[in-house]
Amino acid sequence: MTITKVLVPSGVLGLGFDIEALRRGIKNKPDIISIDGGSTDSGPASLGSGTSKYSRAAIKSEWKTLMQARKEANVPLIIGTCGTCGTNSMVDWMEEITIELAEELGQSLKIAKLYCEQNIDFLKNKLKINRIFPLEPAPTLNVHLLDDLSHVVALAGAEQVIEAINTGADIILAGRTTDTAIISALPLMNGVDPGSAWHGAKIAECGALCSSNPTSGVVIVEFDKTGFNVEAMSDSAICTPESVSAHMLYENADPYILYEPGGYMDVTNACYQSINSRKVRVQGGLWVSSKKYTVKLEGARVSGYQTSLLVLLRDNNYVKNAIKWTEKLSIFLSKEIKQRMNLDSQEYSLNFRHIGLNAVLGDLEKNIGNPSEVGVLCIITSKTPNVCTEIAKLINPFLLHFPLTVDEELPTFAFPYSPVHSDRGCVYEFALHHVLELNDPMDAFQIKTLEV
Amino acid sequence: MYLLGDKVKKIRSKNAGPFWITIDIFCGSKEAFKEVRHSLDNIQISQLFQIPGQTLKRFEIESLNVIKFSFPRKVIQGHIHDRDMHGAQLAVLLSELRL
Repeated sequence: MTITKVLVPSGVLGLGFDIEALRRGIKNKPDIISIDGGSTDSGPASLGSGTSKYSRAAIKSEWKTLMQARKEANVPLIIGTCGTCGTNSMVDWMEEITIELAEELGQSLKIAKLYCEQNIDFLKNKLKINRIFPLEPAPTLNVHLLDDLSHVVALAGAEQVIEAINTGADIILAGRTTDTAIISALPLMNGVDPGSAWHGAKIAECGALCSSNPTSGVVIVEFDKTGFNVEAMSDSAICTPESVSAHMLYENADPYILYEPGGYMDVTNACYQSINSRKVRVQGGLWVSSKKYTVKLEGARVSGYQTSLLVLLRDNNYVKNAIKWTEKLSIFLSKEIKQRMNLDSQEYSLNFRHIGLNAVLGDLEKNIGNPSEVGVLCIITSKTPNVCTEIAKLINPFLLHFPLTVDEELPTFAFPYSPVHSDRGCVYEFALHHVLELNDPMDAFQIKTLEV
Repeated sequence: MYLLGDKVKKIRSKNAGPFWITIDIFCGSKEAFKEVRHSLDNIQISQLFQIPGQTLKRFEIESLNVIKFSFPRKVIQGHIHDRDMHGAQLAVLLSELRL
């Protein structure tokens, strides 16, 4: 059996990588270049709105480098989870960027697109016939929740990525995929033992994060019959058994088990050994196939609209009593809002965060010190943007002047800018933590190809 | 008495998907691993993060001198009451824990 080499330029497109390391990677003659394009890690806004977290300029400049590298290596280039969230709109966005670059670089290409977004009626039917199952912990799922979702994607696994590779495309633009599937697919196609294929994919999913220098980006994984070797391509990075095995901990609730479509991998008995000063060999990962073929679903819905205000307290007495001040202010404001706007407190949320005291940890904070100033961030959420702006304007003079006691001269706090309110627009929330059972892995996915 | 953060090499926390938090304590040596394994119990962790004890998962990874905890987020990532989108600052609570 021949060796399958997968080059991973970085953990995600848009974060940058070491160009010299990429060159060394290409010299190693990879069989495929695989890079991830997204994650849920930045929050629900990307999926909710179907937009990228990274700038188009950053994506385009890095994609250009990778398209040039692909041409030189003459192997497929695949990106998973296009545009942070992997919606259909983001696959098309990457296609637009790819076509622009193909013209600029004078490249002729075959492109395959793997679409992973889910039709709500399709999901309603699956829910009706009990093919959607909750993970722990999961919001309660019903047809009303499905109707509320602005976008739902299913995470493609190796099966769907293999279908896309089989089109013979030079470039594969995939919607939502698991981070690992874009790396494991080719080794699996080539007959690598699935335990090693998935384990190697997991180790390399974040690029050089499994090495001593995470920001260098580029790693190469060589899969063979009995395991895989992983090596960082930058001069400044080395892989050690510790750096490699520790990657199993990263963003994983369980350091040994990782669920994928069609089964799970178990690395409890895996063995990590240095081959030389830069390279690590790994063996012993197991793959356990499941009876049902399931794919994970991700969905986001609008949770409301937001407007925020920031007021800064520097007066010693107010800094010392900042929490008490906002408690009194909050009671006062809810009465004002009821009286002037006829809004009950259930119809909006008025949330105060004390920057300098416990804005990050809230009730969990144990170490409140004596700051010289406190920022009070006021976040208003409601069903419409107009209500948020109205509340913000209504509470504005009280944020500026609200006194702790009735008999004191009216205080005036610091507003850092004008206007003091910032309309944040629509906000979203994750609303699915479920898996969908499929008879055929392609039932919830589509592939389209084009030549440019 | 010592602060956990002073005893170990590194403590990090991060989302493990939008619904879970995972915390890795890199003890840095066999001795520190043994000491922390012995002194840090699950009740302290559930109290520190105000989570129900039965939802807490604990892993002791001797080969890496790592103790790992995972638990469902009290507030789902990105919910209007979430204070830390990536959950990466929660680790500070453990660093500042007195043992």
